[in-house]
Amino acid sequence: MGIATKVLDCSGLMCPMPVVKTAKAIKEMVLGDTLEMISTDPGSMPDMKAWANQTRHELLESRAEEGKFRFLIKKTH
Amino acid sequence: MAHGTNKLALIASKGTLDWAYPPFILATAAAAMGWDVGIFFTFYGLPLLKKDFKASVSALGNTAMPMKMPFGPEGFQNINWPIPNVIMANIPGFETMATSMMKQTFKNKGVATVEELRQTAIDLDVKMIACQMTMDVFGFKKEEFIPEADIAGAAAFLAFASDANVSLFV
Repeated sequence: MGIATKVLDCSGLMCPMPVVKTAKAIKEMVLGDTLEMISTDPGSMPDMKAWANQTRHELLESRAEEGKFRFLIKKTH
Repeated sequence: MAHGTNKLALIASKGTLDWAYPPFILATAAAAMGWDVGIFFTFYGLPLLKKDFKASVSALGNTAMPMKMPFGPEGFQNINWPIPNVIMANIPGFETMATSMMKQTFKNKGVATVEELRQTAIDLDVKMIACQMTMDVFGFKKEEFIPEADIAGAAAFLAFASDANVSLFV
């Protein structure tokens, strides 16, 4: 996973908090910044995909490893 | 946003702890996706807008409610205790116990509290409409509610919901 501008650890949090915290973090960043979000909620995989699709921010990467889910998001607007 | 703003209109009509979650979860998730969100709190859902609200969970008529222990080894916690609903609902103090067990289980699993979700909804500019008629019927005072609540009637909610993409009654 590439180097992100900011890392947001949502481990231990359940729906809808990873998505809510991601939205807040992205809002506070500047255009072109990337956010790495880490979650333990398996629902984050479909939810982050839906969130990126709805908000039109770019989901560069999403993967599951060792019980954690990692996402790299680029702020596009 | 590239494809216009989506809009979610919810009616929250139930005030028990279990039923308090769905409207706040849906509202905060939608707001996090940039949607315009409004919730109409009516009948038993109205107390969810009180400054000091105490939601509890009842086993009465809640026949599908799983009964799990929030402590002990994982295998023990995963047991769904086969206590008949008619018995659960009739034990004095059961409601208080079930409420604290549900809160503990949710906390253990990392689920936000209803209070946290409500504050998140406020922070995300979710529009909250308190039903005027319910306030009058139950004798609630305006001062008992959070200042973010707009007090209005069915017509005001319907005007908001008229161009919503998603409308749900909870």
